[in-house]
Amino acid sequence: MMRNWLTQLAQAVLVLGLAPLLSGVTRKIKARLLRRRGPSVIQPYRDLLKLIRKETVVAENASWLYRLAPYLIFAATWVAATLVPTFATGLWFGAAADLIVIVALLGTARFLLALAGLDVGTSFGGIGSSREMMFATLAEPAMLMVVFTLALFAGSTELSSISAYMTGAGVVLSISLALALVALIIVSIGENARIPVDNPATHLELTMVHEAMILEYSGRHLAVIEAAAFLKLLLYLSLIACVFTPWGTASAAAGAVSYGVGFAAYLIKLGVLAFLLVLFETAIAKMRVFRVPDFLGVALMLGLLATILLFVSKVSR
Amino acid sequence: MTLASPLLLNQLTASGVAALLTLAALAILTVRGPRGSQLIYGACALICAALACLGLCSLFSPRAGIAIVELPVGLPLGRTQLGLDPLSAAFVAIINIAAAIVSGYAVGYGTHASEPRRVVPFYPAFIAGMNLVLLAQDAFSFLVGWEAMSLASWALVVSDHHSAENRRAGLIYIVMATAGALTLLFAFGLLAAHGGGYAFSEMRPATNSAVGAAVLFLALIGAGSKAGLVPLHAWLPLAHPAAPSHVSALMSGVMTKVAVYGFVRIVFDLAGPPAWWWNIPVLIIAGLTAFLGVLYALMEHDLKRLLAYHTVENIGIIFIGLGLALAFRASGLGAAGALALVAAIFHVLNHSLFKSLLFLGSGAVLNATGERDMEHLGGLIHRMPVTAVAFLCGCIAISALPPFNGFASEWLTFQAILLSPQLPQWIPRLLIPAVGATLACSAALAATCFVKAFGITFLGRPRATAAAAARETDRWSLTAMLIFAILCLLAGVVPGAVMDALAPVSKMLLGAQLAPQLTQPWLRIVPIAPERSAYNGLLVFAMIVIAAAATAFVVRRFASHAMRRSPAWDCGFPDASPATEYTAGSFAQPIRRVFGSVVFRAQERVEMPKPGDTGAARAYVEIHDTLWEAFYAPVIRVVEAITERLNRLQFLTIRNYLTIVFAALVLLLIVVGTGR
Repeated sequence: MMRNWLTQLAQAVLVLGLAPLLSGVTRKIKARLLRRRGPSVIQPYRDLLKLIRKETVVAENASWLYRLAPYLIFAATWVAATLVPTFATGLWFGAAADLIVIVALLGTARFLLALAGLDVGTSFGGIGSSREMMFATLAEPAMLMVVFTLALFAGSTELSSISAYMTGAGVVLSISLALALVALIIVSIGENARIPVDNPATHLELTMVHEAMILEYSGRHLAVIEAAAFLKLLLYLSLIACVFTPWGTASAAAGAVSYGVGFAAYLIKLGVLAFLLVLFETAIAKMRVFRVPDFLGVALMLGLLATILLFVSKVSR
Repeated sequence: MTLASPLLLNQLTASGVAALLTLAALAILTVRGPRGSQLIYGACALICAALACLGLCSLFSPRAGIAIVELPVGLPLGRTQLGLDPLSAAFVAIINIAAAIVSGYAVGYGTHASEPRRVVPFYPAFIAGMNLVLLAQDAFSFLVGWEAMSLASWALVVSDHHSAENRRAGLIYIVMATAGALTLLFAFGLLAAHGGGYAFSEMRPATNSAVGAAVLFLALIGAGSKAGLVPLHAWLPLAHPAAPSHVSALMSGVMTKVAVYGFVRIVFDLAGPPAWWWNIPVLIIAGLTAFLGVLYALMEHDLKRLLAYHTVENIGIIFIGLGLALAFRASGLGAAGALALVAAIFHVLNHSLFKSLLFLGSGAVLNATGERDMEHLGGLIHRMPVTAVAFLCGCIAISALPPFNGFASEWLTFQAILLSPQLPQWIPRLLIPAVGATLACSAALAATCFVKAFGITFLGRPRATAAAAARETDRWSLTAMLIFAILCLLAGVVPGAVMDALAPVSKMLLGAQLAPQLTQPWLRIVPIAPERSAYNGLLVFAMIVIAAAATAFVVRRFASHAMRRSPAWDCGFPDASPATEYTAGSFAQPIRRVFGSVVFRAQERVEMPKPGDTGAARAYVEIHDTLWEAFYAPVIRVVEAITERLNRLQFLTIRNYLTIVFAALVLLLIVVGTGR
């Protein structure tokens, strides 16, 4: 019990500390792949620090919701991120919230972000909110279908149990798992506003979704929202790592050594996944907005197919 | 523990209904102005609160059988039997909690009615009718209550009879309600013919599967049309918004629940053990209802109609749970069935809370601005801050987002779906994941829809002068809305309490119940087993609050405190008019392009002025109500064609009429003669 508490606390601090670094690393890798030198990997920390030191400019007719939303968005994302096992399973909080809750917490964050985008009453915020919600109408069910697939394999919607199942001897390589993995990757790209769905590096009006919603934000509010975006990327990569590459993750009753191993394994996994993400991003062009539903629709269909295959086969529990 | 004898509870509940009817009669005699209607609404609130308490007491008191209250007002074919079993007790509690709070709202809101005598007397009668349906233990009183509920609510729908739109809504409503009651009459007729009597106790032994199947379809049409199942939903988005807002809240939040009760009562209780395929039509219709309901809602920019369409979606979610329960029950999977049923009835409670809240909020907006069209609203969060908070809570809850209650019941429904590979049959196993995907899709669409509803109405800048001059609504209304908002949060944070309260219902209907939830550590809910899935709403809520507070504290401690108000970024075009804001139509445009081109045959057309012409370009959006065109328009055409033909009968000469009379007489004599 006590140990689970400590693991949980360590995890909450770890994701918070690591998330900007992960974004820094992806930016660095991307720059190198484009033959640029790129900013240092700790640039995101500097950015956050710079932002919270700056004066905050709030639009004249912004309401309390606009000023409260960043903290709630960050809180919901942070809670969701602490629920995904990173270096060790057996989180204390794991018994309170399963994978469906993680998806829904991200939904809460998105809901508030979309409202914040509409609050000032400029057309930029509106365009961002409406597109973000349109993407979500496909990405969220696709994600839930992935959850269904995993839950039917492991007989549980709890991430710790799913992770334990995937490391266990009972796991079978199945077409459903492969489909779920592809769907999860597509959803991760879409949810994190990466190319080809959105471009995190530009502020051009016509290409942006996420950036349009937060266009009015500045100073400490922007810092908190940026941090939430970093956390979300970390969350999705950790999720893929936790479910599909669960090797090395320390179990609930492990010793200090295996915690160390788990931590090192986690860092390596994150690095590899970040590299693959950036490789994919540099190899593909940004899509038109109304091509994105096709892209995300593929994820939904793959997820549904994976689930139906499991429903009709005998593998599921 | 025994709080009171079951018989006494039932007698008290029946007298509550009688008190409501008396109140209706009193209202006809006394109500002249705002003061009188306030008194009537206040009395309604008290009686409903008492009824809700009675329902809860009855739900928690152990019982052997059902204590029937027999009324001396015997109908020709039987005596009126009233009583509460766990199912009706649960529904009595659910609908009267909402009705009590809505009545409290009406104390403030109802004073604005221009003609109170067209509203106030029917209001208690409406609630009495709904309670009578729940109390009824025989088909006659059930149908009497059902019709009283329909007629009273019809009178409320057409209370503002000056608007042609309302009169049309009233006509469609009364036609659909009559047709629905007729099918229920057939359903009860079949059951009574098989069982030998009109009392529910006499119907239950009927176990003929053919009769059961026929009754299933009749109930699906009869109760489904009242609840708003697609394609029988057409009256609902017309009638619910037409009534005054507190009545809309009752119709959408409460009356549809009585329809759900009717379906559960007939199919789960009276129609005998289900066949394995019963769930298939229910699940298909429920999935379609959930998906189409929310898509229709997204296309709407009338706030109250948006909410009414959303009721259609939620009814779909409830029926998905009921369909799953039927499937599990037919295959003897009791625990899974109990989970699905509890999820469905939990959602009934949740929907009655947040939908009533949202309708009350829309009423407050309507009262403050005179507008239901979202395209003319905006920026109300500044002028109606408390309404905005309550409405936001309702929006988060209905979008199935944690930590509010909508999420808890959808989570349970998802858990039930994940148990369905246990089913032995192939068709449900193929169907249920598709239904699950539909449910997930409609949850995400609902979130979009309520970002739109809240964002366009309350956020941004006012799009019309009425919205800019809005004032906060009265104290009674605000209190009622805040109570609903708190209940939404409570039911989401402590879902275990609700699930435990519903255990007797699943025990009565399925013979199985979930393990007690309140004994779980930390108030979490564990529907099947802790290693399978658990959810702790309280902890999630606490964690979000703590994380947000900690972040805010740290940021406040270390960040710059400098803050400045300045105009929004305008791209170099200062003083942009509010017309440049995103509107409800433009917010839904991506959804219209993605989903609407198939479902609604939506088309967008832009007319550009000729080069050199300085006229404005115009954009047109064309949306077809495909369901109306497919199901209703042909019926209307046939009826019109027939009436057109029959119309000629009105313009005949006296000789023709005499010939017709003579021919009819001869025909009747022949019939009588051959009949001997």
